[in-house]
Amino acid sequence: MADNIRTVKHATCTFCGCVCDDMELTVDMDKKVITKAKNACVLGRAWFAEHHIEDRPAAMIDGKEVTVEEAIEEAAQVLAGAKFPITYGLSDTTCEAQRQAVAITDIIRGTLDTTTSVCHGPSGLAFQGVGESTMSLGEVKNRADLVIYWGGNPAESHPRHFRYAVTPKGMFIPNGKKDRTVVMIDVRKTPSAPVADILIQIKPGKDFELLWALRAKVKGKKVDPKIEEITGVPLSTINDLVERMKNCRYGVLFFGMGLTMTRGRHFNSGALLALATDLNEFTHFVAKPVRGHGNVTGADNVVSWQTGYPFGVNFSRGFPRFNPGEFTTVDTLSHGDADAALIIASDPASNFPKAAIEHLKTIPVISLDTKQTLTSKIAHVAFATATYGINTTGTVYRMDDVPIPLRPAFDSPYPSDEEILTAIRKRVHELILSRRGARGATGEAKVASKQVL
Amino acid sequence: MAKSESMILIPGRTSKQGTSLNKGKLKDEYIEVSTTVEMNLDDMTRLKLQEGDQVRLSNEIGSTVVRCKGRKPEDLPAGILFIAYGPPSSQLMGSDTAGSGMPLSKHMRVSVEKVSA
Repeated sequence: MADNIRTVKHATCTFCGCVCDDMELTVDMDKKVITKAKNACVLGRAWFAEHHIEDRPAAMIDGKEVTVEEAIEEAAQVLAGAKFPITYGLSDTTCEAQRQAVAITDIIRGTLDTTTSVCHGPSGLAFQGVGESTMSLGEVKNRADLVIYWGGNPAESHPRHFRYAVTPKGMFIPNGKKDRTVVMIDVRKTPSAPVADILIQIKPGKDFELLWALRAKVKGKKVDPKIEEITGVPLSTINDLVERMKNCRYGVLFFGMGLTMTRGRHFNSGALLALATDLNEFTHFVAKPVRGHGNVTGADNVVSWQTGYPFGVNFSRGFPRFNPGEFTTVDTLSHGDADAALIIASDPASNFPKAAIEHLKTIPVISLDTKQTLTSKIAHVAFATATYGINTTGTVYRMDDVPIPLRPAFDSPYPSDEEILTAIRKRVHELILSRRGARGATGEAKVASKQVL
Repeated sequence: MAKSESMILIPGRTSKQGTSLNKGKLKDEYIEVSTTVEMNLDDMTRLKLQEGDQVRLSNEIGSTVVRCKGRKPEDLPAGILFIAYGPPSSQLMGSDTAGSGMPLSKHMRVSVEKVSA
Protein backbone atom coordinates (compact mmCIF):
# COMPACT_ATOMS: atom_id res chain seq x y z
CA MET A 1 0.00 0.00 0.00
CA ALA A 2 1.24 3.47 -0.86
CA ASP A 3 2.47 5.62 2.04
CA ASN A 4 1.61 9.01 0.71
CA ILE A 5 -2.13 8.86 1.20
CA ARG A 6 -4.26 11.91 1.88
CA THR A 7 -7.88 12.09 2.98
CA VAL A 8 -10.03 15.02 1.92
CA LYS A 9 -13.20 15.37 3.96
CA HIS A 10 -16.26 17.38 2.88
CA ALA A 11 -15.05 17.46 -0.71
CA THR A 12 -17.53 18.41 -3.42
CA CYS A 13 -18.49 16.39 -6.48
CA THR A 14 -19.02 18.67 -9.48
CA PHE A 15 -20.27 16.10 -11.96
CA CYS A 16 -23.96 16.98 -11.82
CA GLY A 17 -26.12 19.78 -10.47
CA CYS A 18 -26.64 18.03 -7.12
CA VAL A 19 -23.08 19.17 -6.23
CA CYS A 20 -22.91 16.75 -3.28
CA ASP A 21 -20.55 18.23 -0.69
CA ASP A 22 -20.25 15.23 1.63
CA MET A 23 -17.54 13.36 -0.27
CA GLU A 24 -14.65 11.77 1.60
CA LEU A 25 -11.81 11.27 -0.86
CA THR A 26 -8.82 8.96 -0.45
CA VAL A 27 -5.98 10.28 -2.58
CA ASP A 28 -2.75 8.58 -3.60
CA MET A 29 -0.57 11.69 -3.71
CA ASP A 30 2.35 9.91 -5.44
CA LYS A 31 0.26 8.67 -8.34
CA LYS A 32 -2.08 11.67 -8.16
CA VAL A 33 -5.22 9.59 -8.34
CA ILE A 34 -8.32 9.39 -6.18
CA THR A 35 -8.59 5.76 -5.12
CA LYS A 36 -11.85 6.03 -3.18
CA ALA A 37 -14.76 8.45 -3.10
CA LYS A 38 -16.89 7.62 -0.08
CA ASN A 39 -20.57 8.68 -0.39
CA ALA A 40 -20.28 9.19 -4.16
CA CYS A 41 -22.88 7.77 -6.57
CA VAL A 42 -21.96 5.78 -9.65
CA LEU A 43 -21.45 9.00 -11.65
CA GLY A 44 -19.44 10.64 -8.87
CA ARG A 45 -17.18 7.60 -8.48
CA ALA A 46 -16.39 7.71 -12.21
CA TRP A 47 -15.85 11.50 -12.03
CA PHE A 48 -13.26 11.19 -9.26
CA ALA A 49 -11.60 8.01 -10.56
CA GLU A 50 -11.16 9.14 -14.16
CA HIS A 51 -9.83 12.66 -13.63
CA HIS A 52 -6.15 12.03 -13.18
CA ILE A 53 -3.16 13.75 -14.77
CA GLU A 54 -3.20 13.12 -18.50
CA ASP A 55 -0.15 13.05 -20.70
CA ARG A 56 -0.90 15.77 -23.21
CA PRO A 57 0.41 19.28 -23.93
CA ALA A 58 -0.96 22.15 -21.85
CA ALA A 59 -1.42 24.20 -24.99
CA MET A 60 -1.57 23.57 -28.72
CA ILE A 61 -2.01 25.68 -31.83
CA ASP A 62 -3.33 23.78 -34.85
CA GLY A 63 -2.39 20.51 -33.16
CA LYS A 64 1.22 21.49 -32.45
CA GLU A 65 2.52 21.91 -28.90
CA VAL A 66 3.29 25.50 -27.88
CA THR A 67 3.89 27.29 -24.61
CA VAL A 68 0.88 28.46 -22.62
CA GLU A 69 2.04 32.05 -23.15
CA GLU A 70 2.14 31.61 -26.93
CA ALA A 71 -1.34 30.10 -26.89
CA ILE A 72 -2.69 32.95 -24.76
CA GLU A 73 -1.24 35.50 -27.18
CA GLU A 74 -2.77 33.73 -30.18
CA ALA A 75 -6.15 33.35 -28.45
CA ALA A 76 -6.18 37.04 -27.54
CA GLN A 77 -5.26 38.09 -31.09
CA VAL A 78 -8.05 35.94 -32.55
CA LEU A 79 -10.68 37.23 -30.13
CA ALA A 80 -9.64 40.89 -30.34
CA GLY A 81 -9.57 40.75 -34.14
CA ALA A 82 -12.92 39.03 -34.65
CA LYS A 83 -16.05 40.91 -35.75
CA PHE A 84 -18.58 38.55 -34.15
CA PRO A 85 -16.77 36.50 -31.49
CA ILE A 86 -18.81 34.18 -29.30
CA THR A 87 -18.12 32.75 -25.85
CA TYR A 88 -19.86 29.50 -24.96
CA GLY A 89 -19.90 26.71 -22.36
CA LEU A 90 -19.06 27.63 -18.76
CA SER A 91 -21.24 25.11 -16.93
CA ASP A 92 -18.31 22.89 -15.91
CA THR A 93 -16.03 25.47 -14.39
CA THR A 94 -15.94 27.72 -11.33
CA CYS A 95 -17.83 30.98 -10.82
CA GLU A 96 -14.45 32.69 -10.63
CA ALA A 97 -13.59 31.47 -14.16
CA GLN A 98 -17.08 32.38 -15.38
CA ARG A 99 -16.53 35.97 -14.22
CA GLN A 100 -13.41 36.21 -16.36
CA ALA A 101 -15.25 34.87 -19.42
CA VAL A 102 -17.98 37.50 -19.01
CA ALA A 103 -15.32 40.23 -18.78
CA ILE A 104 -13.54 38.98 -21.92
CA THR A 105 -16.79 38.96 -23.91
CA ASP A 106 -17.66 42.43 -22.66
CA ILE A 107 -14.25 43.82 -23.67
CA ILE A 108 -14.32 42.30 -27.17
CA ARG A 109 -18.01 43.23 -27.60
CA GLY A 110 -18.84 39.63 -28.29
CA THR A 111 -21.79 37.34 -27.63
CA LEU A 112 -21.97 35.33 -24.43
CA ASP A 113 -23.95 32.14 -23.99
CA THR A 114 -23.81 29.11 -21.71
CA THR A 115 -24.97 25.50 -21.99
CA THR A 116 -28.15 26.67 -20.29
CA SER A 117 -29.46 27.65 -23.73
CA VAL A 118 -29.58 23.97 -24.75
CA CYS A 119 -30.61 22.73 -21.30
CA HIS A 120 -33.09 24.69 -19.20
CA GLY A 121 -32.88 27.88 -21.29
CA PRO A 122 -36.59 27.55 -22.08
CA SER A 123 -37.24 27.36 -18.32
CA GLY A 124 -35.24 30.58 -17.94
CA LEU A 125 -37.59 32.22 -20.44
CA ALA A 126 -40.58 30.83 -18.56
CA PHE A 127 -39.25 32.23 -15.25
CA GLN A 128 -39.26 35.67 -16.84
CA GLY A 129 -42.77 35.23 -18.18
CA VAL A 130 -44.52 33.34 -15.39
CA GLY A 131 -42.33 33.61 -12.28
CA GLU A 132 -41.01 30.85 -10.07
CA SER A 133 -42.40 29.50 -6.80
CA THR A 134 -39.14 28.15 -5.49
CA MET A 135 -37.25 26.68 -2.52
CA SER A 136 -33.99 25.07 -1.40
CA LEU A 137 -33.50 21.31 -1.49
CA GLY A 138 -33.21 21.36 2.32
CA GLU A 139 -36.78 22.61 2.47
CA VAL A 140 -37.89 19.70 0.29
CA LYS A 141 -36.06 17.26 2.54
CA ASN A 142 -37.75 18.60 5.67
CA ARG A 143 -41.24 19.35 4.36
CA ALA A 144 -42.25 17.78 1.05
CA ASP A 145 -44.94 15.07 1.30
CA LEU A 146 -45.77 15.07 -2.43
CA VAL A 147 -42.86 14.90 -4.87
CA ILE A 148 -43.52 14.91 -8.62
CA TYR A 149 -40.78 14.34 -11.21
CA TRP A 150 -41.82 15.38 -14.72
CA GLY A 151 -39.76 14.60 -17.84
CA GLY A 152 -36.63 13.49 -16.03
CA ASN A 153 -34.75 10.36 -15.03
CA PRO A 154 -32.89 11.27 -11.84
CA ALA A 155 -31.86 7.67 -11.07
CA GLU A 156 -29.47 7.92 -14.03
CA SER A 157 -28.81 11.64 -14.41
CA HIS A 158 -28.77 12.76 -10.74
CA PRO A 159 -28.62 9.56 -8.66
CA ARG A 160 -28.35 11.33 -5.29
CA HIS A 161 -31.21 13.73 -5.91
CA PHE A 162 -33.38 11.24 -4.01
CA ARG A 163 -31.40 11.97 -0.82
CA TYR A 164 -33.12 15.37 -0.76
CA ALA A 165 -36.52 14.55 -2.15
CA VAL A 166 -37.42 10.92 -1.59
CA THR A 167 -35.56 8.92 1.05
CA PRO A 168 -34.47 11.26 3.87
CA LYS A 169 -36.26 11.76 7.15
CA GLY A 170 -36.98 15.45 7.67
CA MET A 171 -38.21 17.78 10.39
CA PHE A 172 -41.85 17.31 9.29
CA ILE A 173 -41.28 14.03 7.46
CA PRO A 174 -40.25 11.76 10.37
CA ASN A 175 -40.61 8.48 8.45
CA GLY A 176 -38.79 9.47 5.28
CA LYS A 177 -40.15 7.88 2.11
CA LYS A 178 -43.14 6.40 3.99
CA ASP A 179 -44.38 9.94 4.59
CA ARG A 180 -44.07 11.00 0.96
CA THR A 181 -45.93 10.19 -2.24
CA VAL A 182 -43.63 10.12 -5.25
CA VAL A 183 -45.06 10.56 -8.76
CA MET A 184 -43.11 10.07 -12.00
CA ILE A 185 -44.47 11.46 -15.26
CA ASP A 186 -42.59 10.39 -18.39
CA VAL A 187 -42.99 8.98 -21.87
CA ARG A 188 -41.17 5.78 -20.95
CA LYS A 189 -40.56 3.61 -17.93
CA THR A 190 -37.09 4.73 -16.89
CA PRO A 191 -34.80 3.26 -14.20
CA SER A 192 -36.26 5.95 -11.89
CA ALA A 193 -39.67 4.25 -12.04
CA PRO A 194 -39.16 1.86 -9.07
CA VAL A 195 -38.95 4.88 -6.75
CA ALA A 196 -42.43 6.05 -7.77
CA ASP A 197 -45.65 5.32 -5.93
CA ILE A 198 -47.53 6.50 -9.01
CA LEU A 199 -46.21 6.17 -12.54
CA ILE A 200 -47.93 8.17 -15.28
CA GLN A 201 -46.91 7.38 -18.84
CA ILE A 202 -47.69 10.23 -21.20
CA LYS A 203 -47.64 10.30 -25.01
CA PRO A 204 -44.53 12.00 -26.45
CA GLY A 205 -44.92 15.72 -27.01
CA LYS A 206 -48.17 16.03 -25.03
CA ASP A 207 -46.80 17.58 -21.83
CA PHE A 208 -48.36 20.98 -22.38
CA GLU A 209 -51.79 19.42 -22.98
CA LEU A 210 -51.60 17.40 -19.75
CA LEU A 211 -50.31 20.38 -17.75
CA TRP A 212 -53.15 22.55 -19.06
CA ALA A 213 -55.71 19.87 -18.19
CA LEU A 214 -54.29 19.70 -14.66
CA ARG A 215 -54.51 23.49 -14.38
CA ALA A 216 -58.12 23.40 -15.53
CA LYS A 217 -59.04 20.75 -12.98
CA VAL A 218 -57.22 22.61 -10.19
CA LYS A 219 -59.35 25.64 -11.05
CA GLY A 220 -62.51 23.51 -10.98
CA LYS A 221 -63.13 23.50 -14.74
CA LYS A 222 -64.46 20.55 -16.73
CA VAL A 223 -62.05 18.53 -18.82
CA ASP A 224 -63.26 16.40 -21.74
CA PRO A 225 -62.61 12.67 -21.19
CA LYS A 226 -61.05 12.72 -24.69
CA ILE A 227 -57.96 14.06 -22.94
CA GLU A 228 -56.93 10.40 -22.67
CA GLU A 229 -56.83 10.06 -26.48
CA ILE A 230 -54.63 13.16 -26.67
CA THR A 231 -52.25 12.61 -23.77
CA GLY A 232 -52.51 8.90 -23.05
CA VAL A 233 -53.52 9.73 -19.47
CA PRO A 234 -57.07 8.84 -18.30
CA LEU A 235 -59.23 11.57 -16.77
CA SER A 236 -59.50 9.48 -13.59
CA THR A 237 -55.70 9.63 -13.20
CA ILE A 238 -55.77 13.39 -13.73
CA ASN A 239 -58.52 13.78 -11.13
CA ASP A 240 -56.60 11.65 -8.63
CA LEU A 241 -53.39 13.63 -9.13
CA VAL A 242 -55.21 16.96 -8.76
CA GLU A 243 -56.76 15.85 -5.46
CA ARG A 244 -53.34 14.76 -4.18
CA MET A 245 -51.78 18.06 -5.24
CA LYS A 246 -54.49 20.19 -3.63
CA ASN A 247 -54.50 18.21 -0.41
CA CYS A 248 -50.81 17.72 0.27
CA ARG A 249 -49.06 19.85 2.91
CA TYR A 250 -46.03 20.70 0.78
CA GLY A 251 -45.78 19.71 -2.87
CA VAL A 252 -42.88 20.00 -5.28
CA LEU A 253 -42.63 19.67 -9.05
CA PHE A 254 -39.14 18.76 -10.27
CA PHE A 255 -38.87 19.00 -14.04
CA GLY A 256 -36.28 17.86 -16.54
CA MET A 257 -35.36 18.32 -20.16
CA GLY A 258 -38.25 16.11 -21.20
CA LEU A 259 -40.16 19.38 -21.01
CA THR A 260 -37.64 21.88 -22.36
CA MET A 261 -36.19 19.96 -25.31
CA THR A 262 -39.52 19.00 -26.83
CA ARG A 263 -42.22 20.73 -28.82
CA GLY A 264 -43.53 23.57 -26.71
CA ARG A 265 -40.20 24.25 -24.97
CA HIS A 266 -40.72 27.34 -22.74
CA PHE A 267 -44.50 26.97 -22.98
CA ASN A 268 -44.14 23.57 -21.30
CA SER A 269 -41.96 24.98 -18.50
CA GLY A 270 -44.27 27.98 -18.18
CA ALA A 271 -47.34 25.75 -17.88
CA LEU A 272 -45.67 23.74 -15.11
CA LEU A 273 -44.59 26.88 -13.23
CA ALA A 274 -48.10 28.30 -13.59
CA LEU A 275 -49.55 25.03 -12.22
CA ALA A 276 -47.32 25.36 -9.13
CA THR A 277 -48.48 28.96 -8.68
CA ASP A 278 -52.15 27.93 -9.09
CA LEU A 279 -51.77 25.29 -6.39
CA ASN A 280 -50.68 27.89 -3.85
CA GLU A 281 -54.36 28.86 -3.57
CA PHE A 282 -54.80 25.51 -1.81
CA THR A 283 -51.49 24.55 -0.21
CA HIS A 284 -47.76 25.24 -0.40
CA PHE A 285 -46.39 24.18 -3.79
CA VAL A 286 -43.02 24.82 -5.42
CA ALA A 287 -41.25 23.96 -8.67
CA LYS A 288 -37.61 23.53 -9.58
CA PRO A 289 -35.75 22.47 -12.74
CA VAL A 290 -33.33 19.61 -12.17
CA ARG A 291 -30.13 21.11 -13.53
CA GLY A 292 -27.46 19.08 -15.29
CA HIS A 293 -23.81 20.08 -15.24
CA GLY A 294 -21.96 20.74 -12.00
CA ASN A 295 -22.01 24.53 -12.14
CA VAL A 296 -24.60 25.38 -14.75
CA THR A 297 -26.58 27.11 -12.00
CA GLY A 298 -23.47 29.16 -11.19
CA ALA A 299 -23.23 30.17 -14.84
CA ASP A 300 -26.81 31.47 -14.72
CA ASN A 301 -26.06 33.37 -11.52
CA VAL A 302 -22.75 34.89 -12.62
CA VAL A 303 -23.98 35.94 -16.06
CA SER A 304 -27.12 37.40 -14.48
CA TRP A 305 -25.15 39.39 -11.87
CA GLN A 306 -22.84 40.82 -14.45
CA THR A 307 -25.13 41.45 -17.41
CA GLY A 308 -28.67 41.36 -16.07
CA TYR A 309 -29.54 38.30 -18.19
CA PRO A 310 -28.83 34.59 -17.69
CA PHE A 311 -27.63 33.55 -21.21
CA GLY A 312 -27.78 34.64 -24.85
CA VAL A 313 -26.24 38.09 -24.19
CA ASN A 314 -24.70 40.34 -26.84
CA PHE A 315 -22.31 43.23 -26.11
CA SER A 316 -21.80 44.56 -29.65
CA ARG A 317 -23.36 47.94 -28.81
CA GLY A 318 -21.27 48.31 -25.67
CA PHE A 319 -24.07 47.25 -23.33
CA PRO A 320 -25.72 43.87 -22.74
CA ARG A 321 -28.73 42.85 -24.84
CA PHE A 322 -30.65 39.60 -24.35
CA ASN A 323 -32.26 37.81 -27.25
CA PRO A 324 -32.56 34.01 -27.27
CA GLY A 325 -32.90 32.76 -30.83
CA GLU A 326 -30.47 35.42 -32.03
CA PHE A 327 -27.64 35.50 -29.48
CA THR A 328 -27.80 31.86 -28.37
CA THR A 329 -25.00 29.68 -29.67
CA VAL A 330 -26.95 27.18 -31.78
CA ASP A 331 -28.30 30.22 -33.64
CA THR A 332 -25.06 32.21 -33.95
CA LEU A 333 -23.35 29.12 -35.36
CA SER A 334 -26.16 27.73 -37.52
CA HIS A 335 -26.80 31.15 -39.09
CA GLY A 336 -23.09 31.56 -39.80
CA ASP A 337 -22.80 34.76 -37.71
CA ALA A 338 -19.88 33.82 -35.45
CA ASP A 339 -16.37 34.33 -36.82
CA ALA A 340 -14.45 33.12 -33.73
CA ALA A 341 -15.43 31.03 -30.71
CA LEU A 342 -14.11 30.78 -27.15
CA ILE A 343 -15.41 27.45 -25.82
CA ILE A 344 -14.95 26.75 -22.13
CA ALA A 345 -15.53 23.28 -20.65
CA SER A 346 -18.04 22.24 -23.26
CA ASP A 347 -18.21 20.13 -26.40
CA PRO A 348 -20.55 21.66 -28.98
CA ALA A 349 -18.75 19.83 -31.81
CA SER A 350 -20.23 16.66 -30.33
CA ASN A 351 -23.64 17.74 -29.09
CA PHE A 352 -24.88 20.55 -31.34
CA PRO A 353 -27.05 20.29 -34.46
CA LYS A 354 -25.26 19.34 -37.64
CA ALA A 355 -25.46 22.82 -39.21
CA ALA A 356 -23.91 24.43 -36.12
CA ILE A 357 -21.07 21.90 -36.04
CA GLU A 358 -20.35 22.47 -39.73
CA HIS A 359 -19.96 26.22 -39.15
CA LEU A 360 -17.87 25.70 -36.01
CA LYS A 361 -15.38 23.77 -38.15
CA THR A 362 -14.89 26.81 -40.41
CA ILE A 363 -13.96 29.41 -37.74
CA PRO A 364 -11.04 29.71 -35.30
CA VAL A 365 -11.99 27.95 -32.07
CA ILE A 366 -10.23 28.45 -28.73
CA SER A 367 -11.02 25.59 -26.36
CA LEU A 368 -10.39 25.02 -22.67
CA ASP A 369 -11.10 21.49 -21.45
CA THR A 370 -9.81 18.89 -19.03
CA LYS A 371 -10.23 16.10 -21.58
CA GLN A 372 -9.79 15.78 -25.31
CA THR A 373 -13.10 16.23 -27.10
CA LEU A 374 -14.29 16.66 -30.65
CA THR A 375 -14.26 20.42 -29.97
CA SER A 376 -10.67 20.45 -28.70
CA LYS A 377 -9.69 18.35 -31.74
CA ILE A 378 -10.95 20.99 -34.18
CA ALA A 379 -9.70 23.93 -32.07
CA HIS A 380 -7.18 26.40 -33.49
CA VAL A 381 -5.95 27.01 -29.92
CA ALA A 382 -6.51 24.22 -27.37
CA PHE A 383 -5.72 24.50 -23.66
CA ALA A 384 -5.63 21.48 -21.32
CA THR A 385 -6.83 22.75 -17.95
CA ALA A 386 -7.03 21.53 -14.36
CA THR A 387 -10.30 19.93 -13.20
CA TYR A 388 -12.46 22.08 -10.96
CA GLY A 389 -13.10 20.58 -7.57
CA ILE A 390 -10.39 17.93 -8.02
CA ASN A 391 -7.40 20.19 -8.76
CA THR A 392 -8.71 23.68 -8.08
CA THR A 393 -10.60 25.62 -5.46
CA GLY A 394 -13.46 27.94 -6.30
CA THR A 395 -17.21 28.27 -5.92
CA VAL A 396 -20.04 26.38 -7.55
CA TYR A 397 -23.82 26.63 -7.23
CA ARG A 398 -26.07 23.69 -6.46
CA MET A 399 -29.22 23.43 -8.59
CA ASP A 400 -31.20 25.24 -5.88
CA ASP A 401 -28.90 28.30 -6.08
CA VAL A 402 -26.94 27.44 -2.92
CA PRO A 403 -23.21 28.36 -3.31
CA ILE A 404 -20.76 25.65 -2.26
CA PRO A 405 -16.94 25.89 -1.94
CA LEU A 406 -14.59 23.38 -3.54
CA ARG A 407 -11.86 21.47 -1.71
CA PRO A 408 -9.28 20.11 -4.19
CA ALA A 409 -7.63 16.71 -3.82
CA PHE A 410 -4.29 17.16 -5.57
CA ASP A 411 -2.41 19.66 -7.74
CA SER A 412 -2.43 19.55 -11.52
CA PRO A 413 0.45 20.57 -13.80
CA TYR A 414 -2.15 22.30 -15.96
CA PRO A 415 -3.38 25.83 -15.25
CA SER A 416 -6.95 26.39 -14.13
CA ASP A 417 -9.65 27.81 -16.42
CA GLU A 418 -9.59 30.93 -14.27
CA GLU A 419 -5.83 31.42 -14.77
CA ILE A 420 -6.04 31.00 -18.56
CA LEU A 421 -9.10 33.24 -18.88
CA THR A 422 -7.59 35.93 -16.64
CA ALA A 423 -4.48 36.02 -18.83
CA ILE A 424 -6.56 36.20 -22.02
CA ARG A 425 -8.70 38.94 -20.50
CA LYS A 426 -5.66 41.06 -19.68
CA ARG A 427 -4.18 40.62 -23.14
CA VAL A 428 -7.39 41.32 -25.10
CA HIS A 429 -7.87 44.39 -22.96
CA GLU A 430 -4.43 45.66 -23.96
CA LEU A 431 -5.09 44.92 -27.62
CA ILE A 432 -8.53 46.55 -27.63
CA LEU A 433 -7.28 49.63 -25.76
CA SER A 434 -4.40 50.07 -28.16
CA ARG A 435 -6.74 49.82 -31.15
CA ARG A 436 -9.26 52.19 -29.64
CA GLY A 437 -6.41 54.52 -28.70
CA ALA A 438 -5.20 54.46 -32.29
CA ARG A 439 -8.70 55.43 -33.37
CA GLY A 440 -8.81 58.21 -30.77
CA ALA A 441 -10.85 56.62 -27.97
CA THR A 442 -12.15 59.08 -25.42
CA GLY A 443 -10.81 59.35 -21.89
CA GLU A 444 -14.15 58.11 -20.56
CA ALA A 445 -13.91 55.00 -22.66
CA LYS A 446 -10.48 54.22 -21.26
CA VAL A 447 -11.66 54.73 -17.71
CA ALA A 448 -14.69 52.53 -18.37
CA SER A 449 -12.48 49.84 -19.82
CA LYS A 450 -10.22 49.89 -16.76
CA GLN A 451 -13.24 49.44 -14.53
CA VAL A 452 -13.98 46.17 -16.28
CA LEU A 453 -10.69 44.77 -14.99
CA MET B 1 -34.31 -2.74 -50.13
CA ALA B 2 -34.77 -3.14 -46.36
CA LYS B 3 -38.15 -2.24 -44.91
CA SER B 4 -38.18 1.14 -43.15
CA GLU B 5 -40.53 2.42 -40.50
CA SER B 6 -41.19 5.80 -38.94
CA MET B 7 -40.53 6.04 -35.19
CA ILE B 8 -39.89 8.68 -32.51
CA LEU B 9 -36.32 9.00 -31.24
CA ILE B 10 -35.68 10.24 -27.69
CA PRO B 11 -32.06 11.11 -26.91
CA GLY B 12 -31.27 11.34 -23.18
CA ARG B 13 -28.85 10.62 -20.39
CA THR B 14 -27.89 7.19 -19.06
CA SER B 15 -25.63 6.03 -16.24
CA LYS B 16 -23.24 4.38 -18.69
CA GLN B 17 -23.05 7.53 -20.78
CA GLY B 18 -22.30 9.51 -17.63
CA THR B 19 -19.56 7.20 -16.42
CA SER B 20 -17.97 6.71 -19.85
CA LEU B 21 -17.75 10.42 -20.64
CA ASN B 22 -15.53 10.79 -17.57
CA LYS B 23 -13.04 8.47 -19.27
CA GLY B 24 -13.19 10.61 -22.40
CA LYS B 25 -15.58 11.21 -25.25
CA LEU B 26 -13.06 9.92 -27.76
CA LYS B 27 -12.67 6.59 -25.93
CA ASP B 28 -14.28 3.32 -27.10
CA GLU B 29 -16.69 3.04 -24.16
CA TYR B 30 -18.34 6.41 -24.82
CA ILE B 31 -18.52 5.72 -28.56
CA GLU B 32 -20.15 2.33 -27.86
CA VAL B 33 -22.73 3.88 -25.50
CA SER B 34 -23.64 6.75 -27.80
CA THR B 35 -24.02 4.50 -30.87
CA THR B 36 -26.53 2.08 -29.34
CA VAL B 37 -30.25 2.67 -29.79
CA GLU B 38 -32.85 0.99 -27.58
CA MET B 39 -35.94 -0.39 -29.34
CA ASN B 40 -39.15 -2.11 -28.29
CA LEU B 41 -38.66 -5.89 -28.76
CA ASP B 42 -41.95 -6.23 -30.66
CA ASP B 43 -40.79 -3.55 -33.11
CA MET B 44 -37.49 -5.39 -33.53
CA THR B 45 -39.31 -8.63 -34.32
CA ARG B 46 -41.52 -6.89 -36.88
CA LEU B 47 -38.48 -5.30 -38.56
CA LYS B 48 -36.66 -8.66 -38.46
CA LEU B 49 -33.91 -7.21 -36.27
CA GLN B 50 -31.68 -9.15 -33.90
CA GLU B 51 -29.90 -7.77 -30.85
CA GLY B 52 -26.81 -5.88 -32.05
CA ASP B 53 -27.95 -5.47 -35.67
CA GLN B 54 -27.07 -2.20 -37.33
CA VAL B 55 -29.90 0.18 -38.23
CA ARG B 56 -29.89 3.44 -40.14
CA LEU B 57 -31.82 6.29 -38.53
CA SER B 58 -32.57 9.13 -40.89
CA ASN B 59 -34.69 12.25 -41.22
CA GLU B 60 -34.68 15.44 -43.29
CA ILE B 61 -31.60 16.67 -41.37
CA GLY B 62 -29.26 13.71 -41.78
CA SER B 63 -28.69 10.06 -41.00
CA THR B 64 -26.61 7.87 -38.72
CA VAL B 65 -25.94 4.16 -38.32
CA VAL B 66 -26.20 2.64 -34.82
CA ARG B 67 -26.62 -0.78 -33.21
CA CYS B 68 -29.97 -1.77 -31.76
CA LYS B 69 -30.67 -3.19 -28.33
CA GLY B 70 -34.01 -4.67 -27.30
CA ARG B 71 -36.18 -3.36 -24.45
CA LYS B 72 -39.26 -5.05 -23.03
CA PRO B 73 -42.53 -3.51 -24.33
CA GLU B 74 -43.53 -2.50 -20.78
CA ASP B 75 -40.32 -0.45 -20.48
CA LEU B 76 -40.28 1.19 -23.91
CA PRO B 77 -43.54 1.72 -25.84
CA ALA B 78 -43.88 0.58 -29.44
CA GLY B 79 -42.69 3.17 -31.94
CA ILE B 80 -40.32 4.84 -29.47
CA LEU B 81 -36.51 4.67 -29.67
CA PHE B 82 -34.09 5.78 -26.97
CA ILE B 83 -30.43 6.71 -27.49
CA ALA B 84 -27.81 8.28 -25.21
CA TYR B 85 -26.83 11.81 -26.25
CA GLY B 86 -23.79 11.94 -28.51
CA PRO B 87 -22.55 12.64 -32.02
CA PRO B 88 -24.98 10.18 -33.73
CA SER B 89 -28.07 11.86 -32.24
CA SER B 90 -26.65 15.29 -33.17
CA GLN B 91 -26.63 14.20 -36.82
CA LEU B 92 -30.42 14.09 -36.70
CA MET B 93 -31.02 17.34 -34.81
CA GLY B 94 -32.36 20.37 -36.66
CA SER B 95 -30.91 23.80 -35.97
CA ASP B 96 -34.15 25.80 -35.89
CA THR B 97 -34.69 27.00 -32.34
CA ALA B 98 -37.95 28.87 -33.02
CA GLY B 99 -36.51 31.96 -31.35
CA SER B 100 -35.74 30.13 -28.11
CA GLY B 101 -32.10 29.09 -28.47
CA MET B 102 -33.11 25.45 -27.98
CA PRO B 103 -33.19 23.06 -30.94
CA LEU B 104 -35.75 20.25 -30.72
CA SER B 105 -33.53 17.59 -29.18
CA LYS B 106 -36.11 14.99 -28.14
CA HIS B 107 -39.02 13.32 -29.87
CA MET B 108 -37.44 13.44 -33.30
CA ARG B 109 -39.36 11.65 -36.06
CA VAL B 110 -36.91 9.30 -37.80
CA SER B 111 -37.04 6.55 -40.36
CA VAL B 112 -35.58 3.23 -39.21
CA GLU B 113 -34.20 0.59 -41.54
CA LYS B 114 -31.96 -2.41 -41.14
CA VAL B 115 -28.47 -2.07 -42.57
CA SER B 116 -27.53 -5.24 -44.45
CA ALA B 117 -24.39 -6.93 -43.17
